[in-house]
Amino acid sequence: MSSIQTIVFAPLAAAIIAGLGNKKIGAVPAKLVTTGALFLSCALSWPIFLSFLGGHAQESITPVLDWVKSGDLDFSWTLRVDTLTAIMLVVITSVSALVHLYSWGYMSEEPDQPRFFAYLSLFTFAMLMLVTANNLVQMFFGWEGVGLASYLLIGFWFRKPSATKAAMKAFVVNRVGDLGFMMGMFGIFLVFKTVSIPQILHDAPTLAGSTIGFLGFRFETATVICLLLFVGAMGKSAQLGLHTWLPDAMEGPTPVSALIHAATMVTAGVFMVCRLSPLFEMSETALHVVTFIGAITCFFAATVGTTQTDIKRVIAYSTCSQLGYMFFAAGVGAYGAAMFHLFTHAFFKALLFLGAGSVIHAMHHEQDMRYYGGLWKKIPLTFGAMMAGTLAITGVGIDDVFGFAGFYSKDAILEAAYAHGTELGHFAFAMGIFAALLTSFYSWRLIFLTFFGKARWEQSEHIQHAVHDAHGHGDHAHDHHHGHDHAHGHGESDGTAGYHPHESPLNMLVPLAVLTVGAVFGGFAFAQYFLSEGTGEFWKGALVFDESLIHAAHHVPEWVKLAPAGVMLTGFAIAIFAYILNPGFPAAFVAQFGFLYRFLLNKWYFDELYDLIFVRPAMALGRVFWKVVDIGIIDRFGPNGAAWVVARASRGAARLQSGYLYSYALVMLVGLVGAISWVIAR
Amino acid sequence: MTGFPILSLMLLVPLVGAVLCLKSGRETARVVALIATLIDFALGVVLWTHFDIGGAQWQFQEHAALFSGFDWKLGIDGIALLLIVLTVFLMPICIGASWNSIEKRAGEYYAAFLLTETLLLGVFVAQDLFLFYIMFEAGLIPMYLIIGIWGGAERIYASYKFFLYTLLGSVLMLIAMFWMVNEAGTTDIPTLMAYNFPPAAQTWLFLAFFASFAVKMPMWPFHTWLPDAHVQAPTGGSVILAGVLLKMGGYGFIRFSLPMFPVASAHFAPLIWGLSMAAVVITSLIALVQNDMKKLIAYSSVAHMAIVTVGLFAFNRQGLEGSMIVMLSHGIVSGALFLGVGVIYDRLHTREITRYGGLAVNMPYYALFFMLFTMASIGLPGTSGFVGEFLSLLGVYQESSWVALIATTGIILGAAYMLYLYRRVIFGEQANADAAKLPDLDFREWAMMIPLAAVVLWMGVYPESFLAPMRKDIGALEARVAMAKPKGDADVKTGAERTATAAAAALASAQLKGAK
Repeated sequence: MSSIQTIVFAPLAAAIIAGLGNKKIGAVPAKLVTTGALFLSCALSWPIFLSFLGGHAQESITPVLDWVKSGDLDFSWTLRVDTLTAIMLVVITSVSALVHLYSWGYMSEEPDQPRFFAYLSLFTFAMLMLVTANNLVQMFFGWEGVGLASYLLIGFWFRKPSATKAAMKAFVVNRVGDLGFMMGMFGIFLVFKTVSIPQILHDAPTLAGSTIGFLGFRFETATVICLLLFVGAMGKSAQLGLHTWLPDAMEGPTPVSALIHAATMVTAGVFMVCRLSPLFEMSETALHVVTFIGAITCFFAATVGTTQTDIKRVIAYSTCSQLGYMFFAAGVGAYGAAMFHLFTHAFFKALLFLGAGSVIHAMHHEQDMRYYGGLWKKIPLTFGAMMAGTLAITGVGIDDVFGFAGFYSKDAILEAAYAHGTELGHFAFAMGIFAALLTSFYSWRLIFLTFFGKARWEQSEHIQHAVHDAHGHGDHAHDHHHGHDHAHGHGESDGTAGYHPHESPLNMLVPLAVLTVGAVFGGFAFAQYFLSEGTGEFWKGALVFDESLIHAAHHVPEWVKLAPAGVMLTGFAIAIFAYILNPGFPAAFVAQFGFLYRFLLNKWYFDELYDLIFVRPAMALGRVFWKVVDIGIIDRFGPNGAAWVVARASRGAARLQSGYLYSYALVMLVGLVGAISWVIAR
Repeated sequence: MTGFPILSLMLLVPLVGAVLCLKSGRETARVVALIATLIDFALGVVLWTHFDIGGAQWQFQEHAALFSGFDWKLGIDGIALLLIVLTVFLMPICIGASWNSIEKRAGEYYAAFLLTETLLLGVFVAQDLFLFYIMFEAGLIPMYLIIGIWGGAERIYASYKFFLYTLLGSVLMLIAMFWMVNEAGTTDIPTLMAYNFPPAAQTWLFLAFFASFAVKMPMWPFHTWLPDAHVQAPTGGSVILAGVLLKMGGYGFIRFSLPMFPVASAHFAPLIWGLSMAAVVITSLIALVQNDMKKLIAYSSVAHMAIVTVGLFAFNRQGLEGSMIVMLSHGIVSGALFLGVGVIYDRLHTREITRYGGLAVNMPYYALFFMLFTMASIGLPGTSGFVGEFLSLLGVYQESSWVALIATTGIILGAAYMLYLYRRVIFGEQANADAAKLPDLDFREWAMMIPLAAVVLWMGVYPESFLAPMRKDIGALEARVAMAKPKGDADVKTGAERTATAAAAALASAQLKGAK
């Protein structure tokens, strides 16, 4: 068994063992086997990645099993490894291994641990199948597999209605995207007579000037195919319009958010566009759409992120926004920069999520930042990690000296967008710059609200419960005591309610430490491979690498290069002003601009809109089709009508055989008349 | 196996079992029934392993002349083989599902079941037109009894509806058959499959057969018998109804309508597509608002069968093979889902969704199986549901992007109604005290669930086992319908061609100028 097979199938085997063994084998063996499998996969992945970095690895294709052969359509289970896959392999296995380890601590009080770890490993397997796919259908297998795992993990606490609702929403909204993906595959097979990715990319240039009939209109072939596939990417990567599931997905346990809804699964759409970049290059229209959607998403999500109070939702919108950056990078042709941002984002965003998890852990499941404050002294290590993550996402750095991870990738994207030279490129640049300002603002807002200022913990019900329990009232039926009657009972006046947050255990801190290293050095260490001119060597044709765009990006005007740093500092300054120097400012702002605030707080009212135009009508239509059409029309005039006619007829013609014989004859007659009249009429 | 009448034996075994059951009490009857169905399953495995893939089109043929124009003529091709294997696989599971739940008149119940098996198998092995007709129609009678005698409260209305609908079609079909035999001078199905009926006649022949198959399928709007029949039928009846009986419609299209009336099939393809698109959207929406588990799954069956019809009337390889896989997969998966409903119905005696909730707590393994079958039903890749759906839809896209688009919305709606069901039954708080106390699967239920789950994954990961036996037959069918195949709406024009035409046009205009 070659190492790639071990990398991919070890997590599957572990998931099966932990999932089926479940409570019979117990939590510790289940955790050992899954975590062990992931560390094994991770250990085997890094050498592959490093050998691609070193430039001496070649792409390899490992067949596993035949899958489907139907006429010209032929695809199999195959593991493909090239530069693009190698990058994804280390991202997936590293973050996943660390999240597995982290979950030992985070989920330690959970009675259902084997199931959780089984889902995590299953997810990793599906994600690995996605990135190693050599044909679109296997990619779709991984695509749906991660969707399933995501559904199961969001709904992990299945007793909570909000969790199962969010899980279902995630799956169904993703299916809207999958509709596009499937249609795209059908179109590809129609045009190329294959679903093999290398074959498609090889034949892509033949699409130049080709047109296709679609839904009764004629379009450029490449445009139709790429846009259909891009709908799939929009679903998985939560782009504007199909993004509504991602914030709700925060109902899942926090390690899940870090692994699935930040580092890996949501980047699948970006991966797909990069993987198929030669195909997307054939359609200017499609690339314009990708750029536009990416830019607008990056702006939209950042605006919403500024008003959310749930720490995880802030990071979720941040993820959505960062994915927008990746898409418009791809749209302007800077696929290398998109992949590099995917790479660095995986580390710093996983870090932010796991850090948030550590805060939530310390604050007894409280997720609302309004009830945090003053935590930096209590949990200094977590604070350090979150600071590293924030420095990375806001893109702090000095050219040619050193920068945190996001500095390299985000600047590269913005410069490429500007260098693209078109109006759309400039639009994306403007959106990106404005989003960078907001990113800096909401990231620092998160830090200040959480770690600085005065403790505001006493207003939190979670903390009240914790204090209540810790003080040992010996009353285990505390579910009945919702509320504030305990809050003031302990004579604390410093806002802590007498609660003492504790730093997380070692198994949570180690992953944070490792990811901190990634967030600090990830950009600095790898930028030269992903971004510099002449890295076509590194990509080896795994994606379209536009030398001239990189060259142009390096020679944009000085103000373009300085703009990200400028807006980053501005955002920081606003956050300091509003949350440290002048804490009354946000309330005053809200009072002044209530409409804008509510618009953002309610996420531009997308959920309400969709509920109004899709969910309710679907239910109402279902009832109409059932009660009115099926029962009221078809049954009434069909079988019930026949019965009525038979009953009437039998009354007239008495003493003939059973009613059924009548209906037999009647139906025969009607049928004959119908058939004959048809023949005559023709 | 040459010469050994294995097909007759497969028909005989359940028949003998049925006679024995009639005479026995409950304890004996169910053992007899189980043994008979297991023997038939073993024979089915023998049949499959001895089927020569890529060999003669018709294998295991038997022939005995009975009386004028009516022969005992059996034989199977790969398509029939797969449906036979599906039938003999599901039958022991149905007996298992009935093991404890059938108490009154049990001997007759098992007899009716075994008789159904004989007749269903007869449909798939018959090579004589009238033999087929007899099996096809007679199969309704025991099914009618199973619903009417052992069904729920509204069983009489349900069985009446079932009977009326299915009769509607078959009368017309019989008339058409007489005409065909008269015209072609033979009752031999393989001969008829190659016979070219005059195109004008094909039209009404097609419609006559369509009436029967559309009801059996069922296609919208001939479907309203199905939800009632399912809701009222006992679990075993539902499994066989959804698992095998509905497949007779699809089999009919493959065996009769497409090869015998290819011109009419192409002519009516838009009608079929229209009804199928309507079915996918409408019945999925209806499934979304159901409160009765069985009704929900019944409506979902209509939506799935619509994927079969769009695939069949795509007239290409992927569509045809996909339709077959959808039929096989739906047989397994909907059978499994009805079985899953039966498991909790046996415990709580209600199908009301709201009476359950939180079953994941007390029935974790049940929840696991139900999740697998739910995912298979909504076509998750890696399960059987995906392969067929993907091929069918891919097939029809080659013909019409509109049909493919509307039919593919089924993957969204399907996910919505199935996950909504799962959410209400398996997830959530344990709101109902009695539902919270239900025990997890017992040995008998494990024994039924495991084979179904195994086949779902097998067909999803390595469908070649199921594609290989029918490849040659589907190829023959594809060749047969190719003559009438409509032109797709995609009509890809490559850039090269366009430049060529542009150049030609330029040349022509230049010549025109030159002429002036």
